[in-house]
Amino acid sequence: MGTFGGPEGRERRWRGLDRLEARNPAPRSLLVALVLASATLMTLDQQGGDDSPIEPVRRVVGEAFGPVETVTAAVVRPFTSVPSWFRSKDSLADEIERLEAENSDLRTRVQTAGFDRNRLEQYDALTAAAEELGRSLVPARVVAYGPSQSFSATVTIDAGSEAGLGPDMTVVNNDGLVGRVLRVTRSTATVLLLLDPESIVGGRVGSSMEIGFVHGAGSFREGGSLDLRLVDDSVVPARHDSVVTWGSAGGPYHPGVPIGRVTDVYTSLRESSQRAVVEPYVDFSALDVVGVMVPVGTPSDRAIIEADGSLR
Amino acid sequence: MTRGRVPVAFVAVVVALLLQVSLFPHVAWHGIVPNLCLLVVVAGALTLPAPSAMVLGFVAGVALDLAPPADHLAGRWALALTLVAFLAARVRQDVRPTAIAVVATVAAASFVGTSVFALTGLLLDDPAMSVPELLAVIGVAVVWDVLLTPFVLPPLMKLFGRLDPRLAT
Repeated sequence: MGTFGGPEGRERRWRGLDRLEARNPAPRSLLVALVLASATLMTLDQQGGDDSPIEPVRRVVGEAFGPVETVTAAVVRPFTSVPSWFRSKDSLADEIERLEAENSDLRTRVQTAGFDRNRLEQYDALTAAAEELGRSLVPARVVAYGPSQSFSATVTIDAGSEAGLGPDMTVVNNDGLVGRVLRVTRSTATVLLLLDPESIVGGRVGSSMEIGFVHGAGSFREGGSLDLRLVDDSVVPARHDSVVTWGSAGGPYHPGVPIGRVTDVYTSLRESSQRAVVEPYVDFSALDVVGVMVPVGTPSDRAIIEADGSLR
Repeated sequence: MTRGRVPVAFVAVVVALLLQVSLFPHVAWHGIVPNLCLLVVVAGALTLPAPSAMVLGFVAGVALDLAPPADHLAGRWALALTLVAFLAARVRQDVRPTAIAVVATVAAASFVGTSVFALTGLLLDDPAMSVPELLAVIGVAVVWDVLLTPFVLPPLMKLFGRLDPRLAT
């Protein structure tokens, strides 16, 4: 066999020069062209931010790939969910039941948060968020996961603009906050998970009502933990405190959705603030059915779960 | 000939991408999946003419950058996989693709590809990652890709090679 370099290998190769190798030079000009094309793509995408010229291209590719991903996920689902296959005969009914339970549970929590918030009106100006209590849930399933090699945590769900979804909507499941919608195509939507290093959620510690920001730490870190940085550095969150979304009227995250549980607290001298490790309630490695919070009365291509638990 | 093989290669990229985002996450380790698109690109670089292989790498990268769950800066995987295709095509001129050479090529390609992607991330956005974490992810990715090589590369290389009468040896 040939060896890397070495006069003998080289000698043999040159003597045995066949047509293929003569016609298979790796052209540097093409390399330069493609590298420049990649660099152009990056520049275009970075310059534009949310209005980047790549966004329409992403959308077109999403329109093409989304349905195929949905079909692929449907094809592989029986194989990947073999353990739950036998007990999911009437899985649809179960799902609706679960989502209904989740919805009423969330509604209770949201209302409680609103009540607390009203009492604390003088301390914060977030009461406007409490007006947004009435929300409906669009059920959807996760059909594709972004690889961790991309150093981001995103998934595709099989509901899109036809189901009434739009960017910045809150995505939840039985256990709590999953993330928010980044962009939608007609039949799919891309969801930024809490775990993503770029994900920042306004969080509120349940017991003290202190506010802070929950940062994602990457999906491959042990347990997929989150990082809570409190605004007020004099307050130390207790272990096992629950953290809920703080939310705002115009912001992407609906207020009062449970995020996770404080597992560890430490003081960051460098940034002179309290930081806590938050373990999310949601098991991100086993995401399947999720609900997207949409305003009441949103037209949709599927049954929507209303705030009172009824199905429309 | 080339006309027949290149579409097949692009179909292979699409299939690889779909499996990578829809099937393999269910067996992933901390979300790190085998990079099937990279394997297709390496297989292409070892069998197709170098220009086609490089275009294949670029297209596979753009697909990874833009297909739905992706949210990073577009062009990062395109750059990484173009370089992978270029390097694999260069290596191929010096080494006859025996089994060990193929595995070594895949390991090197996986390391280079994921590293280039990570480095562009460090330079352009995603400052949240620390270098040890990046290295851990790259290491796991290389292991995954090498593990899948015996199952993916031979059929693909046979497929790409068989469609080209000149390469049928």
